[in-house]
Amino acid sequence: MLTISGSPHLHGDNSTKKIMYGVVTAMLPAMVVAIWYFGLGALEIIVLSVGFSLFFEWLIQKYLIKGPLTITDGSAMVTGILLAFNVPSNLPWWMIIIGALVAIGIGKMSFGGLGKNIFNPALVSRVFLLVSFPVAMTSWPKPSPITKTLVDTITGPTPLGFVKEGLGAGKTLAELSQHLPGYGQQLMGQMGGSLGEVSALALIIGGIYMLWKKIITWEIPVSVLVTVFVFSGILWQIDPLHYTNPVFNLLTGGIMLGAIFMATDMVTSPMTRGGQLLFGFGIGLITMLIRVWGAYPEGVSFAILLMNSVVPLINKGFKPKRFGTVKMAA
Amino acid sequence: MDNVVFISMLVLGALGLVSAIILYFVARKFKVFEDPKIDEVEAVLPNANCGGCGYPGCRPFAEVTTKKAKEDKSLDDLLCPVGGNDVMKMIADIHGLSIQERDPMIAVVRCNGTFAHSPEKVKFEGVTSCSFADALFAGEGGCQYGCLGLGDCVDACGFDAINMDAETGLPVVNDKCTACGACVIACPRDIIELREKGPKDKRIFVSCVNKDKGATAIKNCDVACIGCGKCEKVCEFDAITISNFLSYIDFDKCRLCRKCVEVCPTNSIWEVNFKPRKPRPEKAVKPKQNSVNVATATLITSQKIVSGTKNTERSNIDKSEN
Amino acid sequence: MGFLKTFVLGGIHPPENKLSAGKPIRSLSVPVQVVVPMGQNLGAPSKPVVKRGDKVKTGQLIAEAGGFISSNVHSPVSGTIFKIDNMMDASGFRRPAFIIKVEGDEWMDGIDNTETFVKDVTLSSEEIIAKVKNAGIVGMGGATFPTHVKLMVPPGRNAEYLIINGVECEPYLTADHQLMLEKGPEIVVGTKILMKALKVNRAVIGIENNKPDAIKLMRDLTAEEEGIVVQPLKVKYPQGGEKQLIKAVTNREVPSGKLPIEVGCVVQNVGTAFAVYEAVTKNKPLIERVVTVTGKALENPSNLRVRIGTPVRALVDEAGGFPDDTGKIIGGGPMMGKALATLDVPVVKGTSGILLQREEAAHRPVEGPCIRCSKCTQVCPMGLEPFLLSRLARVGNYEAAEGEGVMDCIECGSCQYTCPAKIPLLDYLRLGKNKVGVLIRARTKR
Ligand code: SF4
Ligand code: SF4
Ligand code: SF4
Ligand code: SF4
Repeated sequence: MLTISGSPHLHGDNSTKKIMYGVVTAMLPAMVVAIWYFGLGALEIIVLSVGFSLFFEWLIQKYLIKGPLTITDGSAMVTGILLAFNVPSNLPWWMIIIGALVAIGIGKMSFGGLGKNIFNPALVSRVFLLVSFPVAMTSWPKPSPITKTLVDTITGPTPLGFVKEGLGAGKTLAELSQHLPGYGQQLMGQMGGSLGEVSALALIIGGIYMLWKKIITWEIPVSVLVTVFVFSGILWQIDPLHYTNPVFNLLTGGIMLGAIFMATDMVTSPMTRGGQLLFGFGIGLITMLIRVWGAYPEGVSFAILLMNSVVPLINKGFKPKRFGTVKMAA
Repeated sequence: MDNVVFISMLVLGALGLVSAIILYFVARKFKVFEDPKIDEVEAVLPNANCGGCGYPGCRPFAEVTTKKAKEDKSLDDLLCPVGGNDVMKMIADIHGLSIQERDPMIAVVRCNGTFAHSPEKVKFEGVTSCSFADALFAGEGGCQYGCLGLGDCVDACGFDAINMDAETGLPVVNDKCTACGACVIACPRDIIELREKGPKDKRIFVSCVNKDKGATAIKNCDVACIGCGKCEKVCEFDAITISNFLSYIDFDKCRLCRKCVEVCPTNSIWEVNFKPRKPRPEKAVKPKQNSVNVATATLITSQKIVSGTKNTERSNIDKSEN
Repeated sequence: MGFLKTFVLGGIHPPENKLSAGKPIRSLSVPVQVVVPMGQNLGAPSKPVVKRGDKVKTGQLIAEAGGFISSNVHSPVSGTIFKIDNMMDASGFRRPAFIIKVEGDEWMDGIDNTETFVKDVTLSSEEIIAKVKNAGIVGMGGATFPTHVKLMVPPGRNAEYLIINGVECEPYLTADHQLMLEKGPEIVVGTKILMKALKVNRAVIGIENNKPDAIKLMRDLTAEEEGIVVQPLKVKYPQGGEKQLIKAVTNREVPSGKLPIEVGCVVQNVGTAFAVYEAVTKNKPLIERVVTVTGKALENPSNLRVRIGTPVRALVDEAGGFPDDTGKIIGGGPMMGKALATLDVPVVKGTSGILLQREEAAHRPVEGPCIRCSKCTQVCPMGLEPFLLSRLARVGNYEAAEGEGVMDCIECGSCQYTCPAKIPLLDYLRLGKNKVGVLIRARTKR
């Protein structure tokens, strides 16, 4: 029997699934680094997080919403990995399960599922965990290559936390910097931190892959990073003894992970270029405000969540340029 | 510190007070005089805000009735179909007027192109909207007048009075229908008509709106009206007119004698809520799919269709000659 | 050449699949019976001037324009008017049409049905427009807007550019491409005629650079011609859209809701230019056209010259027969064409192609929730937000949809093509446009 439908009769081969698995692929380098430095603990967290995210999504769709099952579309997997990337590798196993429940149940499904959530589900869950279990969420195991990690349980602060504490205690940066990892180590990820945030290099590789595959556009990551760089650069110029330099700010903490993988989450970011630039700028700014003057050493998650909440507003304000709305130069 | 709190409280309080005063005066100044009867009328209205009266909602309707009552001293051309005579009477009482009683109406779906009667020739894919599909193609069964079965009428109904029957692919009107007319407007093919409910809910109507010539019509749907004119001839009350190869029964004139139902070769005419008549040997009795509490339908044999078609062509020629 | 011109906003690159590229145009023999619909143009349908039983010759006027925006219809064959009846059109609706039984092929006197090339035209602008009008020419890219109306520049406006549309951005279609290759000189003369009619001295022939042979040929042919340039364009769909083409060629933007003449441009398809050439130099009305018959399962995708009114089935048979696994018949290209309910519909003036899609390609992919990826917004050549408009249409908020510019949508389908969630965006947009149209009409009536 012939089919009748409206044009177009062609559809591109892009799909939600492709995009989601593209993101997963882009996260592989960071995943490898995480397992390399944090060992099996990291692997365990990732597996648990992904597994339970999928499980909860299936559970909710099947028994609560009773809608179609879409766990294969990859979005729950992305959320799971992102959640794992956002916690320390020695987090107790049950906490990550709670985290997965919060991410999927509250962060995503309570809004109506994929595409309807306002906040990045992984971040909702991370902040929830941070508030509920502050100690567990901020004791970072010291990274060391995989061979030793089975017995290694030494914990220490992240570079950002270390600096913040030090500065708070009245030390100068010059003293502190001796104890900080070098730029090379920062780039590779040999420092304390959440699973996925440590290696800037691996994250950038993932980011480039996503740009190449046209999964993300450059606007958000670039504007976030530039804002952070410029903001911290200005402070550093004013007082290099008390403010960390811009490169350090870019390479440590969750800014890379946030800028490349979390702020770019399609569902929770603005739709137009102008809006995306503003969004990125806002994230960079709020991050730096929190880092420099806030109570927490790191503020990327809060910054992204805050900006998520104004996305509907940004979308109202930033419309694409319509064809035929500009006066012609005579 | 206390000082700050105190000052801000003071400022806020003062601000609130000032705006309250301003608001009060503004409200006073701009208050328009409203007839208290409007409120009274609104109170008796069903408050469904369906727009069936032709006005955007119950309040506007209340305003209009009040105005009309004052100016024209009559409410004759106004009707809240949902409330019906009872509500109109109450409104009239408020204004000290009287009304003409009207016969209750109901929405009637004038298409019987079920999957069985008008089998699919193509498959439609796309949004479930009759209004979209109407612009796109004739219909899965090939009838360009028939129901598209995508339920715009169902969506339009605010009373849950019309549902799609998955088996037939046609909408079915139930008792909750208030004759507000929302479905009539929603249907892009003008299939739904508001007709008199009839005594004891008995009514007769032509369940087809196909204006094609008989031969074409029957090709797409075996229960289409082919415009043969038999019903027109048999009707003693002049209730039936045929135009564009389509029969229409005027419900004001129809006396429910059911003669036309019997002569129709394609079973296009429906009788609703009549007692089943004695089954006749050559016609098997089968309940129709389309209505609440329905009457008889007859299975058509293929010979019948053929003969019906022939009749049509002859009678068409007859008609075109005179 | 530097970098190639194209339009700025949005656009997509669907696979081209020009299966019939390079296939010479073959003439299909005249069928035994043709069905010629009365309304083959945008605007009012035409009024018949012959009756049942009349003998007609090829090229004879059988219906005349029924309004200002309307066009004449001529008999594409010689024979007898068998019936004037409602016949199925492309979308399955029955509309008035002539059914003509073919007897021989006797042409009207005064029509030059030879291939001789006429180069010089001495007619005035008004004479040309009158001839175009008489010949019943409409836009042959598919929009079927009566050409003579386009040629009459409204008072107060001034045409500066004539743009000849040789873009053919729709995947699969090759009719215009092949026409340029085979009838290049005629198209150039047609262009000159159109320039004269419009009283403009600049014409641009826009061709996408996936047709280098056509670009080269047209360049060579126009090298000597004053004022005609060939503009190669970067491949991007929907460059063949009038507004997009004007933007690409002249960098002017037709204001929202306005016609191209507002920015001094008139766009005509190459097929139209050829038809104008024939009408003006040879008195030949629009009774045949080139149609691409194509499809992946088709044995022999072809470019065919056929008489208007020929059943689509005859074209498909000529191209190798109707494949069993056909799931959809499309009149036109895959992006903007219309799905046909049957092969038993006639070729009309606006039929640029017949595309047979295989069963597996004929169905809509499964729809998922919008992931707000903004890809639809990125590709929309009109700068709209299809995700938003479709949602507004879905919930029935048509006023808001109007405010968001739903009426600007050119129905190019780029958004739906691109959407990873496979949302039928254009369906909703059309629904929105329908309803907003009703709103606007209600408003203007009041
Ligand atoms: S009656 Fe009209 S609105 Fe209702 S489903 Fe049929 S075509 Fe659609
Ligand atoms: S008898 Fe039946 S088919 Fe004939 S005109 Fe009446 S309703 Fe139509
Ligand atoms: S179909 Fe309309 S909304 Fe979609 S891309 Fe084309 S112009 Fe934009
Ligand atoms: S392309 Fe599809 S999924 Fe993406 S924003 Fe548009 S409608 Fe949503």
